[in-house]
Amino acid sequence: MSIILKVEDLVTKFYTLDGVVNAVNGVSFELSEGETLAIVGESGSGKSVTMMSLLGLIPLPPGKIESGTAAFQSDAGLCDLLTLSPEELREIRGGQIGFVFQDPISTLNPILTIGEQISETLIRHKGLSIEEAREQTIKLLSQVGIPDPELRYKAYPFQFSGGMRQRVVIAIAIACTPKIIIADEPTTALDVTVQAQIIELFKELRDALDVAVIWITHDLGVVAGLAERVLVMYGGRPVEIAAVRELYKNPKHPYTLGLLGALPSLEAKESKRLESIQGTPPDLLIPLKHCPFAWRCDFAFDRCWEEIPPLITVGDQHRAACFFDLEKGGPRDD
Amino acid sequence: MADKEPKTQQTVDSLLDTEKTFKDRLAYFGRFLWRDRGGVIGLTVFLIVVFAAVFAPVITKQDPFTQDLRASKLPPAWKEEGTWEHPFGTDSLGKDIFSRVIYGTRVSLMVGLFGVLIAGILGMLIGAIAGYAGGRLDAAIMGGVNLILSLPYLLFVVFIATVLGRSLINVILIFGITDAPIFARVTRGEVLRIRESGYVESAISAGARWPTIIFDHIIPNLIGPLITLATFEMSAMIFYEAGLGFLGLSVPPNEYPTWGNMLAAGRKYMTSYPWIASFPGLAIMFTSLGMNLLGDWLRDVLDPRMRRSRK
Amino acid sequence: MGRYFASKFFQSLLLLFGVLFLVFMMVRVTGDPAALMMSREASPEQIEAFREEMGFNDPVLVQFKRFMSGAIRGDFGTSLHFKTPALPLVLERLPATVQLASVALLMAVVIGIPIGLLGGFTPGSAVDNIGRALALIGQSVPNFWLGLMMILYLGVKLGWFPTFGRDQWNSVIMPAFVLGLPVMGQLVRLTRSAVLEIRGEDFIRTAHSKGLEPRTIYLKHVLRNVAIPLVSVIGVQFGYMLGGSIYIEAIFSWPGMGGLLEQSIGWRDFPLVQAIAVFTSLIVLMLNLLTDMAYSIIDPRIRYGR
Repeated sequence: MSIILKVEDLVTKFYTLDGVVNAVNGVSFELSEGETLAIVGESGSGKSVTMMSLLGLIPLPPGKIESGTAAFQSDAGLCDLLTLSPEELREIRGGQIGFVFQDPISTLNPILTIGEQISETLIRHKGLSIEEAREQTIKLLSQVGIPDPELRYKAYPFQFSGGMRQRVVIAIAIACTPKIIIADEPTTALDVTVQAQIIELFKELRDALDVAVIWITHDLGVVAGLAERVLVMYGGRPVEIAAVRELYKNPKHPYTLGLLGALPSLEAKESKRLESIQGTPPDLLIPLKHCPFAWRCDFAFDRCWEEIPPLITVGDQHRAACFFDLEKGGPRDD
Repeated sequence: MADKEPKTQQTVDSLLDTEKTFKDRLAYFGRFLWRDRGGVIGLTVFLIVVFAAVFAPVITKQDPFTQDLRASKLPPAWKEEGTWEHPFGTDSLGKDIFSRVIYGTRVSLMVGLFGVLIAGILGMLIGAIAGYAGGRLDAAIMGGVNLILSLPYLLFVVFIATVLGRSLINVILIFGITDAPIFARVTRGEVLRIRESGYVESAISAGARWPTIIFDHIIPNLIGPLITLATFEMSAMIFYEAGLGFLGLSVPPNEYPTWGNMLAAGRKYMTSYPWIASFPGLAIMFTSLGMNLLGDWLRDVLDPRMRRSRK
Repeated sequence: MGRYFASKFFQSLLLLFGVLFLVFMMVRVTGDPAALMMSREASPEQIEAFREEMGFNDPVLVQFKRFMSGAIRGDFGTSLHFKTPALPLVLERLPATVQLASVALLMAVVIGIPIGLLGGFTPGSAVDNIGRALALIGQSVPNFWLGLMMILYLGVKLGWFPTFGRDQWNSVIMPAFVLGLPVMGQLVRLTRSAVLEIRGEDFIRTAHSKGLEPRTIYLKHVLRNVAIPLVSVIGVQFGYMLGGSIYIEAIFSWPGMGGLLEQSIGWRDFPLVQAIAVFTSLIVLMLNLLTDMAYSIIDPRIRYGR
């Protein structure tokens, strides 16, 4: 399985009137063909900004991509997303990388028919005529599970329920058979039952189209059945990255531990309180010279306050950014 | 096992905090003023107008009613035949324009303030009842409100003024009543929004009785949009009073100098003695601009949604 | 959609009825209509004779019926000043007012909207700041005063435009500009804020994420949504301009309905004032109706009765 996206040391900052927001502080990860990677973190962890930075979707003043590379295996060959011109990025967005966003009612243009909103991607990237695009769109609509697609082509977003609207958004994302779909909290705004349906749909489509998926969420519970690898982010930094089973069985970072502990479990033997992580996320305006999680960490010791822990290999295909060894119960020796 | 560091970031912040010098504070204040420059200008204008109205006799020694035919039609002080006794010149009957403009602020402010007060209270009551009651009563009230609002405002103000005759009280009453629908509509909208936002329900389920609900919950939320609206409407009323005066439908000129009357009087002398109408016009523009700026700023500041994105 | 139009139409009829009622009541509620309509020096006997002649001594309901039936037939009584039926006098002045309001609206739209668009797409730029400042000034300037100033400087001193009447082709320019200026200012600000708001919407981010050309995004996604509030405002403002041109017409001696209104106020010609009030309201109501219909065509959410 070849690697189609390799991000290294991405740093994105926002220059605002109140100061410089260090939104993304050195994120690196890889994505292979057809693989599903979940990016997990709280609000403000930088997970969305990371992906948006790669594709030119952040406003450039006040935002600025300070450094990093993003090697992408596009149709035109290997390229660095961060150095592409706006026109080249536009070719890739929608055509080779599709997006699914969080809240379907605001994601769709209220005054255009949903058919039109799907067709326009096809017309733009595949050069189809309006008729051809329409036929293709109707096929897509049934593929994502929308009944009566010919009729629904002419319907408007407000005429659909939340789950149906999200299916439309998914149809837009897969329309041009992209290599990667970036899904930014796609089920957060939906009811739980609908969430399950959408996740099922995703799995079907992913297998059918063999597309790689980056699934951004703050909910570790959703990740389990869907992702193959997980990247945990905190304070704009990657803090742990591993295969999903490995992460759940052997978390190596106190934050991951905390997140897992906060998950309600049907199998708990006795009723116990849900553990929540004390404290609040770091203020991104202040550049940190130490571990961003130190305030809230039960295991922090003096080294944690002096240096920023780098991502080091702690297991098979498993990296974490922490000076403390959870298994050993003491500082890591390196 | 581990050193227990404080769980919150605030304590560490104070370690990182640098000394704020006086220059820093001044710069911060200056940024604040610049960012809100519209509001600052608007507020200043408003205060100037209020000051002029209250301290008129101090500002100008001239009596706005005195006619002096020998000194009639004098140009402003900086022109050849002008004198500094009459800084803005005099009108056709020799009345000093500067003092008339200054005293004119009194009428404008009274019309604006009382008009808005009447319209606001009346409108708020009607709108609150409509919004709170809902159903048929709401539909009936809003029907009436929409009726009045959908008509050309100016036309009806003129019509009513013609019928009622000229006096300050009439003008204030007319504006107060014809502007009430706007306040009613805004109030009703806010009341509906508050009702649907659920915290009134929580208050009720926590046992609050309805006077508490109205005074502690609903009214504080109404104040913001209503104050903003009041500022704009006040500006509009000053405007329209001048318009009425222009048509001869406002306060009779010998009772009190108003900017509208001055415009009307100066109209026929535009080509030969333009200052007679220009200065009151400038005064109206100045006041109107200031109030509009103030209203804009108030709207930005008082809207909780906008507060975040002001950064 | 037909149901929507029908209900709006019916509402308009109700409103029209309401207007007639208001006009009728206003004159009678505030005192003696006969005294109002006679000149101030009339003797009590003359007033009484007039009252009898005009039927003001009849019961109110009878008067109202008479008024309404007259109104439906287009009979608003006889002008006291001209001694001819009131309504035709008003209708005669209609084209001039329509011309004035149309040109004013055209100016406001053609100048105001582009400036607003530019401001919305480049917020904080010089164009934006200047545009907004001019818009604010445009909305704050008392139009009657501006009219006088323009007559003085552009008309008399520079001689660029005729200063009164409707005779020459460019007579309409100055009055239309003054009439349209506040609307121009409003359109600048409204367009600008609409553009900024729409641009920040999630579905624009979606449009970008589809990799669409900027031109497509602007035209199809941004502008079409911006058009919605604009249409509504333009329609309403056109109505106001038709009804509120009284000052402009007075100052520029423009032979429209507003000018007639100003004169009839001076003559205390009540039937005429009444006729103008009702007729103008009728036009405004019709315009509101048209605007509502146009609005529902553009915004599908209204059409399907959300």
